[in-house]
Amino acid sequence: MSVNFLVNGKAVNATAEPDTPLLWVIRDELGMTGTKFGCGIAQCGACTVHVNGVPVRSCQTPLSTVSGKKVSTVEGLSKNNSHPLQMAWIKHDVPQCGYCQSGQLMSASALLANNKNPSDADIDAAMAGNICRCGTYPRIRAAIKDAASTMRKA
Amino acid sequence: MTIELNSALESAVRSAATGSRRSFLKTSAIGGGGLLMGLALPGTLAQAAGTVHTPNAWVHISDDNQVTLISARSEMGQGVYTSMPMLIAEELNIDFKRVKVAIAPTNAKLYGNPLLGGAQLTGGSTSVRDGWEKLRVGGAQVREMLISAAANKWNVDRSSLKAVNGMVIGPNGKKATYGALAADASKLPVPEKVALKDPKDFTIVGKRTQRLDTPAKSNGTAEFGIDVKLPGMVYAALEQCPVIGGKVKSVDSARAKAMPGVIAVVEIPDGVAVVANTWWRANQARKALSVTWDEGAGATLNTTAMLEGTRGALKTGTVLPLKAVGDADAVMGAAQKVVRAEYVSQYLSHSPLEPMNFTANYKNGKVELIGPTQWQDAAQTSIAKALDVKPEDVSVRTTFLGGGFGRRIDIDFIVQAAQISKAVGTPVKLVWSREDDMTHDFYRPSSVHAMSASLGADGKPSAMSFRLASQSITGRVFGLPVEVQDPLMTEAAVQGYDIPALKYDIVKHDAGLRVGYWRSVSHALNAFANESFIDELAAAAGKDPLAYRMSLLDKSPRYANVLKLAAEKAGWGTPLPAGRARGIALMEGYDTYMALVTEISMEGGAVKVHKFTVAADLGYMVNPDTVEAQIQSSLNFGMGSTLMQEITVDKGRVQQTNFHQFQLPRMTDSPTIDIVLVRSTEKPGGIGEPAVAVVAPAIANAVATLTGKRVRRLPITADAIKSA
Repeated sequence: MSVNFLVNGKAVNATAEPDTPLLWVIRDELGMTGTKFGCGIAQCGACTVHVNGVPVRSCQTPLSTVSGKKVSTVEGLSKNNSHPLQMAWIKHDVPQCGYCQSGQLMSASALLANNKNPSDADIDAAMAGNICRCGTYPRIRAAIKDAASTMRKA
Repeated sequence: MTIELNSALESAVRSAATGSRRSFLKTSAIGGGGLLMGLALPGTLAQAAGTVHTPNAWVHISDDNQVTLISARSEMGQGVYTSMPMLIAEELNIDFKRVKVAIAPTNAKLYGNPLLGGAQLTGGSTSVRDGWEKLRVGGAQVREMLISAAANKWNVDRSSLKAVNGMVIGPNGKKATYGALAADASKLPVPEKVALKDPKDFTIVGKRTQRLDTPAKSNGTAEFGIDVKLPGMVYAALEQCPVIGGKVKSVDSARAKAMPGVIAVVEIPDGVAVVANTWWRANQARKALSVTWDEGAGATLNTTAMLEGTRGALKTGTVLPLKAVGDADAVMGAAQKVVRAEYVSQYLSHSPLEPMNFTANYKNGKVELIGPTQWQDAAQTSIAKALDVKPEDVSVRTTFLGGGFGRRIDIDFIVQAAQISKAVGTPVKLVWSREDDMTHDFYRPSSVHAMSASLGADGKPSAMSFRLASQSITGRVFGLPVEVQDPLMTEAAVQGYDIPALKYDIVKHDAGLRVGYWRSVSHALNAFANESFIDELAAAAGKDPLAYRMSLLDKSPRYANVLKLAAEKAGWGTPLPAGRARGIALMEGYDTYMALVTEISMEGGAVKVHKFTVAADLGYMVNPDTVEAQIQSSLNFGMGSTLMQEITVDKGRVQQTNFHQFQLPRMTDSPTIDIVLVRSTEKPGGIGEPAVAVVAPAIANAVATLTGKRVRRLPITADAIKSA
């Protein structure tokens, strides 16, 4: 049995067991390692991807549930770090160890896709599920606001 | 107090690092001559067109003028991937925006850390302090070799030449790129003495600089250990005894072997590994193993008994003196007012977000290792010993680390990966689950401090005694003898306060749970006791905590300066909204002076931190932006351990298994952070760790001010405040 879906616009076919978390299909079967494993129980957010534009924890998303859907990962944000969030991430030197950052960017990009002027409370709500053990939260917050401002001007 | 190790510890560190007593190459301005060519760097260099020349261990220059600088410290978020190359580039005179970075291969002779006994080890906030002169000398050496090569080529006096921005420039418009000169330069001897710039002439070091690893960490392409791929690689999940140190008695693997994708089930000393063609399949099959364990001596451990044992050791353990001034016992015996308090710090896990993992490829008596480690040569010598191969046949390539915090100083999971690879005969990536990681850590040890002080008529302490009981990490990691004082237990114990009589000592106590170095190590334990206690003395004397400290710092200007700056920036003494209070803490550690003011309120009985204000004096800085990032990072780390974390043990088993039980601070917890950096020409201090240690006492002090309740045991939870 195999599952067909789109990843960053490209059609893929996965043959893992249907209850395999999407995280491990992406990493081990498709070989795309930008999406990370941190906890396996949807507590840390390192595995965040979009399914039909909605941010989900891929460690708790069975493969069978994405059949026919559009999955977006951090690799699909842009070709060359040109997404406003990535540009803001670079301007503010947001990442430290960097391990949580793919998940942070995916949660943040979903926020900004729906809210071009997020308040601190909006940012808290959207980002509370993404743990950063290095504690770069002040820079994540500043970069999100910066990117939102850029996107409002565009 | 610096990390210069006492001589007993230093030889212990070196023995552990090299497996034998042996001298190591000094890479200072004097000595270390001769050519260093032909370094084998598998996979660490993007090969430029033509040949790459290696004039010394720090700089590679290709014929087409690409300069690659070597960083020999593990990048785990603290920015060494950028700050180490900045030091080299400063003296090399190149455009820093055009450099590439390669992570050094394992070679303790070339890349060891003299501050840590010569080990190729990233830790102790030593990277800048170790590299400050050494790396600038490395850059200057190559600069001078390039100038000499040009002088020879053009047949001119070298004093007429200058190295500027990647070119050597001479009289009559003569110029050549470093690339054009590299081949010739590499044939010259490395100069023994080189002139270094006056820091006031720095153009790179000391300036806010964009990190070189940020772009890759912003698009998923940065390679962490867990991302490594090798041709033919398979995946392993390892079932270890729930009681650390337990051994396999028997295993029934029939169900596991029948599961999808499973290649093999192998027993290694630490447990039973399932090897499969994806990690998920390996881990699912591992859950299907039936293992009976000999749980061993650890099976009876429990938190209550362990704490009782540590507390008891204060009275009955072997006392190791640290510092004595005057006769503190006599002064306190005769005093009108003596204040006593006991402080307890809890066991903690490291919990880096990337769980333990390593990739090993055992083939024909050689082992290739790739992954996230803080201690390269320990990995090399430990695997050589465990697999009975020669150390020179073990290569270790370091990837980015998804956090380290001291956990990746230990190499247990690297040995496991190598043993599994040898057993199955293919490259293997071993990945621990979060549950494996949290229950098989080398924990931050628990501690009990007994503090007492007598107060004079002026309220100032006339005598103080300090005794710490805790477990020696260095005994295990470096073989430090039990009867020798442990400098990694006495950090930030003696501080700058002017107290006329002192009696400071420690007691080592092995409580039975394995322990490891955790960010700020004993600075955290000792600062919690010291800075809580000084606030209690201030209260007993009826004095403001800031004024009280200042009155004891006349002889300690760098302490007094950061205290004053933090207090001013935080508005200490100015009115606060109702329901808020401030707390203060001060510490010197890692050659860095730091003061923290925190502003808190209570929400639902628990502490809510609104603001941290830090003043830091760390002497010369390499990248001030990274200094701020490390302070932000350390405050977050310390806030978690102060408010919401504890590792407990029952029947030998660590009770916390994942982040729902061991919480890490989130965006919603993150307060405003204001930082004042002192511009200084003092020698550089470390910044990766110190701010962790001042968080707990600052918060405890704020809680006491706000609620009248003094919490002396961490973590400071709602329950802890309620029952204080």
